Amino acid sequence: MTDHIIYMDNAATTATRPEVLEKMLPYFTEHYGNPSSIHSVGRDARRAIENARRQVAEALGAQPREIYFTAGGSESDNWAIRCASKALAKKGKHIITSQIEHHAVLHTCDYMEKQGYEVTYLPVDSEGRVSVEDVKKAIRPDTVLISIMAANNEIGTLQPIREIGQVAHEAGVLFHTDAVQAVGAVPIDVNEWNVDMLSLSGHKFHGPKGIGALYIRKGVKISNLIFGGAQERGLRAGTENLPGIVGLGEAIELAVKELPEYTRRMTQLRDKLIDGILSSVPDVRLNGHRTQRLPGNVNVSVRYVEGEALLMRLDLAGVEASSGSACTSGSLDPSHVLLAIGLPHEIAHGSLRLSLGTENTEADVDYVLEKLPGIVEDLRAMSALSPESSFQP
Amino acid sequence: MYSEKVMDHFENPRNVGEIPNASGTGTVGNAKCGDIMKMDIQVEDDVITDVKFKTFGCCAAIATSSMATEMVKGKRIDEALQLTNKAVAEALDGLPPVKMHCSLLAEQAIHAAVEDYQKKHPKE
Repeated sequence: MTDHIIYMDNAATTATRPEVLEKMLPYFTEHYGNPSSIHSVGRDARRAIENARRQVAEALGAQPREIYFTAGGSESDNWAIRCASKALAKKGKHIITSQIEHHAVLHTCDYMEKQGYEVTYLPVDSEGRVSVEDVKKAIRPDTVLISIMAANNEIGTLQPIREIGQVAHEAGVLFHTDAVQAVGAVPIDVNEWNVDMLSLSGHKFHGPKGIGALYIRKGVKISNLIFGGAQERGLRAGTENLPGIVGLGEAIELAVKELPEYTRRMTQLRDKLIDGILSSVPDVRLNGHRTQRLPGNVNVSVRYVEGEALLMRLDLAGVEASSGSACTSGSLDPSHVLLAIGLPHEIAHGSLRLSLGTENTEADVDYVLEKLPGIVEDLRAMSALSPESSFQP
Repeated sequence: MYSEKVMDHFENPRNVGEIPNASGTGTVGNAKCGDIMKMDIQVEDDVITDVKFKTFGCCAAIATSSMATEMVKGKRIDEALQLTNKAVAEALDGLPPVKMHCSLLAEQAIHAAVEDYQKKHPKE
């Protein structure tokens, strides 16, 4: 083991920023009031929540009343798909999504199918892009919802959200986007993007875990997620996660403020890492789009080695990354995203995702580029697969 | 998640490689599932004098391959056929439940290599 840890798994989660934590702390011990209470302690809490709602709304170009706090991205996705479809059941029972969505969307769509809905799972091209034309063709008179992610969590590909939103709106269909990876990484404006609902999660942009939000455009009909009190305009009952909400507001405001600098720095590090890996490791391919990708996302497939082994070797060298191999997903199949972009199983098993964050430096990138070729060579030396192996798939 | 022994065999795998003109070779698993193990054995007077492996697979697959080679090296072939996945896993101080199939592959690879040897050298 090394003493220095290089964390390159920022798409999984990020560290809460100290200045965000500092804003949160008083809401545990000092301003601990229930925002629904009438007294001054309660009113302080209410003010803090409404301030955070404004911060989130401003980050998205939305109105504060269109922001609903949830426990995170998965909850937001579940709510949007289940409850907006349900509210429109009289119009029809057809949903359009893509094959590369997060499981929070895909498994919710599975559930909707069991509830009698029909779901169209649009394919993507070899770089992970959904075709706007495909979306247009898939729309039927009974289509009630389109849900397409803004940026993919594994391969970082950005979708043509604005154009998809336009197609949806021309057809009078609701459009939801899972923007969990996009918030804090690319500029977002819900009106420019033509989205009716947008999911986000605090811990992906240096906010706390366990807090997220769903943007619901004014006028969109959606049924209750949780029954109980009048919180979140009566749609999502339960005493608010006050410190989490304060942290989310602070984190998103900082992320949007620093976005130009973030984009510049991350893109530079990302491109250095991609170019470095492609030139120093043979038989490697980049997954996802070369330019239409998240500023911090690097995803490569390393032939003849298995992803988990690669991760463990990198971990021993002090580099924290992730993979779409079956061994890291707990199932027998590798990542559905890598299969959807057309990779054969054995190449998908050898994928490596390095997701950069603000704490990464050029020295970190240099270190990975120094270590990775040797690790790959070492694993290939003991691999039963090689360019010459007789059981080449 | 992994025991120290698993990590040791993963970091410093024993008996990696191939034996030219091996007495027996066994290859099990498939690339689709993310695991392939290939075992070569050298047999003299029914004793496994040398064994080498090559594995495409996860940390547990590499560690179980390495441990299995150590467990059969110097053993008679009938003893090697008694090798079980449970014994390999135990020798590694256990494996996470989802990784037990890796130890099964190691057992199957050793058995396949011995059976290949027996097929090539039928008893009178």
